[in-house]
Amino acid sequence: MEHFLSGNQLGYPILSILTFVPLIGALIMLVLRGDTVSRWWALLVTLTNAGLSLSLYANFDTSTFKYQFIEHHSWIPSLNINYTLGVDGISLLLVLLSTMIMPLCVLCSWTYIQKRVKEFMFSMLIMEAAMVGVFSALDFVLFYIFWEAMLIPMYLLIAIWGGPNKTYASFKFFLYTLAGSALLLVAIIALYLKTGTFSIPMLMEHSYPFAFQFWVFLAFALAFAIKVPMFPFHTWLPAAHVEAPTAGSVILASVLLKMGGYGFLRFCLPITPMASVHFMPLLLGISLASIIYGGYVALGQNDMKKLIAYSSVGHMGFVTLGIFVLNSQGIEGAILQMINHGITTGALFICVGTLYERTHSRMIADNSGIGKLMPIYITFFGVFSLSSLAFPGTNSFVGEFLVLIGAFLQNKVVGFVAIPGAILAAAYMLRLLQKIVWGERGPAPVFDLNAREIITLLPLMILVFWVGFVPGPFLEVTHASVARLLEQVQAGGGVPLGGLTLSRIWHMLCSLC
Amino acid sequence: MNFTLFLPELYFLILALVFFLLSLGRESAGRDQGIALFLSAVGVCLVALVLNERGEMFYHAYRVDLFSQIFKLVISIGFFLVVYLSRGLKGLDERLYSEYYMFLALSTTGLMLLVSSVELLTIFVALELSSYSLYIVIPFRNQSGGRVQLEAAIKYVLLGAAATGVMLFGMSYVFGVAHTTYIAELARKMPDLMGQPIAIGGFVLMLAAFFFKLGLFPFHFWLPDVYEGTSNETAAFVATMPKLAAVALLLRLVALAGAGATDLIQILAVIAALSMTYGNLAALVQSDIKRLLGYSSIAHGGYVLLGVLSLNDVGYAAAIYHISGYLLMSLACFLVVCKLSRAGENVTLDNLKGLYKRSPLMAFTLGIGAFALAGIPPFVGFTGKFFLLSAALKQGHLALVIIAVLNTAISIYYYLNMVRMAYATEAEDMSALPVDMASKVLGFALIVAIILMGVLPYTFVDMARTAIAGVL
Repeated sequence: MEHFLSGNQLGYPILSILTFVPLIGALIMLVLRGDTVSRWWALLVTLTNAGLSLSLYANFDTSTFKYQFIEHHSWIPSLNINYTLGVDGISLLLVLLSTMIMPLCVLCSWTYIQKRVKEFMFSMLIMEAAMVGVFSALDFVLFYIFWEAMLIPMYLLIAIWGGPNKTYASFKFFLYTLAGSALLLVAIIALYLKTGTFSIPMLMEHSYPFAFQFWVFLAFALAFAIKVPMFPFHTWLPAAHVEAPTAGSVILASVLLKMGGYGFLRFCLPITPMASVHFMPLLLGISLASIIYGGYVALGQNDMKKLIAYSSVGHMGFVTLGIFVLNSQGIEGAILQMINHGITTGALFICVGTLYERTHSRMIADNSGIGKLMPIYITFFGVFSLSSLAFPGTNSFVGEFLVLIGAFLQNKVVGFVAIPGAILAAAYMLRLLQKIVWGERGPAPVFDLNAREIITLLPLMILVFWVGFVPGPFLEVTHASVARLLEQVQAGGGVPLGGLTLSRIWHMLCSLC
Repeated sequence: MNFTLFLPELYFLILALVFFLLSLGRESAGRDQGIALFLSAVGVCLVALVLNERGEMFYHAYRVDLFSQIFKLVISIGFFLVVYLSRGLKGLDERLYSEYYMFLALSTTGLMLLVSSVELLTIFVALELSSYSLYIVIPFRNQSGGRVQLEAAIKYVLLGAAATGVMLFGMSYVFGVAHTTYIAELARKMPDLMGQPIAIGGFVLMLAAFFFKLGLFPFHFWLPDVYEGTSNETAAFVATMPKLAAVALLLRLVALAGAGATDLIQILAVIAALSMTYGNLAALVQSDIKRLLGYSSIAHGGYVLLGVLSLNDVGYAAAIYHISGYLLMSLACFLVVCKLSRAGENVTLDNLKGLYKRSPLMAFTLGIGAFALAGIPPFVGFTGKFFLLSAALKQGHLALVIIAVLNTAISIYYYLNMVRMAYATEAEDMSALPVDMASKVLGFALIVAIILMGVLPYTFVDMARTAIAGVL
């Protein structure tokens, strides 16, 4: 087992601490009294966690693909279930993203949430524990527990603090995700019966017959495609985004959707490489459909949150595209794009939330022409919009560019079809920006951002430019792990680099229809 | 005869006698409840003390082993919890309190006898003892002029008697082919006989009474009506205790068939699939919470059957684990029902409105109970379901496992609806719900138990595995 697990460089169990600090913080929250105290306590806990997580980045060894900061304890010996945590280049940035985004979520709901503040912050902290757990679990049962447990706080966030249509949105969110992951559980058990282990790194070591991989892949892909969400399974996302409170939308966009992409990278490719290669054309097709469909639908929205929600479908399409072109540029681009989407879309949702607090409307028409009244706000909003359409110099440009390189390397047609998606993004974001900044009808007077809101948005703006201009350190973290991942796929399935011809795609699609 | 072997049964019999004597004197509600609570708590300790007793009695018709003792412990805990959560007995006439406790104790005695019986006629007698006591208790209720509870009682008696009749009929066939009523001998003979249709038929009919108790598909008709008709407190008893014993007996009896009994497994698989699907689909449209929990229990019976039909130690341990966890989850929901009901009336989904404000702890208890029943981790319902699915898949029941997980997805709708009602709605009457300290303690204890048992299952599972080693 030592050849893929490296020890814990730090003297203390950092990943357990990151998971359980919010959990313990949430329990302490229960005995606190008063809304203000709850807010400050939540901020303190999330900030502490964010600070602690920095030591992950500082001590991460980029030269190896091995899982680091390992913790391994026996949990249910009779079924060989262990409590194993660890991160590698694929999950490190996602763990950091989760811990970093949480203090901002607490800040952005400071005044937005006025009723049942304590319960809100309680749900947020439980959420954080589950998110860190999902990205650092190296045991499949442990992963599944975090993956499912996360539904409860998210459901409550939407169902209690959501908009007028919250019941519908929250049920749809829960049902979709649970239905998707039901078969995931079957696949996990099937893998266990085949190998006798739930350890994710050890499951990657085995090779399975193609028919087995075929079904396991489908079970995996359904769960993750719903989470991403990919084109035909995306309908829960706009509903959930529109109804969720700002912080809920931010968590949903920044972290929850990433769990789908993470699932593809962590499970589908290394555990079922043959099936991944087999289904590659289909998933590329669906990714392209998501990109184009998301872009077109976003173009027609009047509700800002809905627009950003559909743009998420498009952006996440780029992520899955990058994953399934199965080359290093594509996958590294996809990982970076996940982080970028977390930064940019999270920031955009915070922007919409701050505007909603002032005008009590998310409609573009009601908020048009706000530029003259809120210059600071517009600066932030403009930068994040440009980032969303992958303007050069911003973070998304790097990620999207890498994904497109990967796509062209794999197949020129795939690359060409993806390009309009990027143009569509420019079209709908510029349309939004134009209306909000220079729109006709001036709304009632509103105040510009206050210090708290600026502090919330500033770190994200810094990250936009940091990743945009100096993506090196972020990509460097992923190199070794992505190289290893591709080795695994190569060994198991034989990646058809550039060998994906049009006729093969056509043949695949026909055979599936 | 070594009396420590028979101590739990004897104790609960004496408990029943105490209440018989009390019922002769002047009634005093507070006294009866206090005594019941105290004696049931002592009962738990007593059963825990004799957990490691082993032996046989009554001409080998009665066996005390780890398997039976674990079930007796869980049953005594269940009895204590039911007595504890039904404090107040709002749904009952005060004059009936001592009789009520007497019959519940008698029924519990019957259940304890049942899990130790290893001879068909002993099983029959024990089953009848536990059933008849319940038949009498079902109509004890001071609501709506007595119509609903009498209807429930009649249904329970008639269908229960029919199920017992079917069981006896099946037993006669089994005796006919195997020439014995002793389980130990049946275990030797049955595997060879399971190729004969008459043996399979008799065997399945013999199981009918336990399908009835567990509320499995073709024998479920009584269940929602009885839950709805009887008082909330009695429903909590009916919903949990007989099911524990039914699972124990199903495990003991199905083990007789041996691993080669594919026909029997097929039949059980069909029953499991139908119970899960029917229970969950019917629960979707319920508005009375007790009815909803009733249909949910039909589905849970189906899940437990997954473990039974996998016919291996993992599956058996999973079944024991899940039904014990079900006791906790179910009682958590019934606690809230009992507390929400003002004067013992039924509670509907609408009554849950605004519960988060009226009583945060009760809302939390209900939320945890509902999510646990739905099988969301990290609660005991998930862990149990996970073990059951693993065991069934190990035996190759892929289709059944897929039906089970899809059912989880179906069932989440109505569990989530309960949570939504409790947490995300406002009521006109937002006055605080009067919840006494003892109920708060119980709610808190149930929450902790549901989480702890879900997160740290191994001690219990290992014990269950050791226990069933003696059965298989």
